[in-house]
Amino acid sequence: MNKQKRDRVYAVLCTVLTLIFIAVMLFMVGELPPLGRADNPDINEVVEFYMEEGPEETGALNAVTGMILHYRAFDTLGESCVLFVSAVCVFILLRIDGEASNDTLVAIDRRYEPTGDPILTQTFKVLVPAVFMFGIYITMNGHLSPGGGFSGGAIIGAGLLLFLNAYGLEKTERFMTSGLHRRITALALCFYAIAKSYTFYTGANGLKSFESAGTPGAILSAGLILPLNICVAIVVAMTIYSMYIMLRKGGFNK
Amino acid sequence: MQALMAILLALLVICAVAVSATRKLLPAVIIFMSYSMIMSLVWLLLRAPDLAITEAAVGAGITSVLFFITMRRLGLLKKNLQEDEEEVQKHFEGRPGKLEEDRHE
Repeated sequence: MNKQKRDRVYAVLCTVLTLIFIAVMLFMVGELPPLGRADNPDINEVVEFYMEEGPEETGALNAVTGMILHYRAFDTLGESCVLFVSAVCVFILLRIDGEASNDTLVAIDRRYEPTGDPILTQTFKVLVPAVFMFGIYITMNGHLSPGGGFSGGAIIGAGLLLFLNAYGLEKTERFMTSGLHRRITALALCFYAIAKSYTFYTGANGLKSFESAGTPGAILSAGLILPLNICVAIVVAMTIYSMYIMLRKGGFNK
Repeated sequence: MQALMAILLALLVICAVAVSATRKLLPAVIIFMSYSMIMSLVWLLLRAPDLAITEAAVGAGITSVLFFITMRRLGLLKKNLQEDEEEVQKHFEGRPGKLEEDRHE
């Protein structure tokens, strides 16, 4: 079989497989129960319990945050660790060290850097504080309004990238070193793990715990949810920044 | 609201097909970005604002930026390759060996 013929066979096979896959998925979607009906299988006593007891038990008005950072907090710790591990994997794969490649890489990076584009730079400079503010607001208000650690952290990470592109690498690298990244991420993850383990061991199943629900609706309420949100946001923002910097030039320094 | 939802879902399908049908990488990433934007609107209509925020930040923002930076690193974004080559030649003038290493990366 020559190459052209083989390519055609592959193309036909791909199309047929994709069509079968789409048909199966559409069929399954048709089998799903309609959204929001009262006797759906996902409306059961768990949902009822979360909706009724959630705000009093966790102190979080946002039921989603109350769930992921109180009832299922270890799940979220696992997710944060996955993010950290993925950042480490990118680090392992893309890190370039040694002086041999250093100036070559810097040259490659500088070659592509869009320096001297005043419109973009000025727009970034205007946007940066607003983006940071929005990210911090979403993180800190995670237990009261939609949002939380993951979304807030992603927005703060995007703000860091904007800052980097607005003010250049030299200014950003003055504070964003690999040491800071490592320490702050490890600190956030450790604090999360220790604080949550402690409350699980002492406060689960109705035992007395140091975290109290507080008045639902106040900013300093909901016990550990606010600090845990901040931890998650730190991990997410640092992961995004480190991935960007790794892809861009293979290291934090210089 | 129903009509808006139908329009958005139709746009989602169009975007999903267009991403795989596009041959150029840069338009593909931009279409992917708009797919995420539409998806975040759909989340909003489904009353999941948490997901909408995350989708807009991660799907439309961060993922595309990572795609762009990878493409830039691979040299797929530069319009004028000739000019680029000359610039590199000038930078590595008089340093034998380095240029080849650079190219291999």
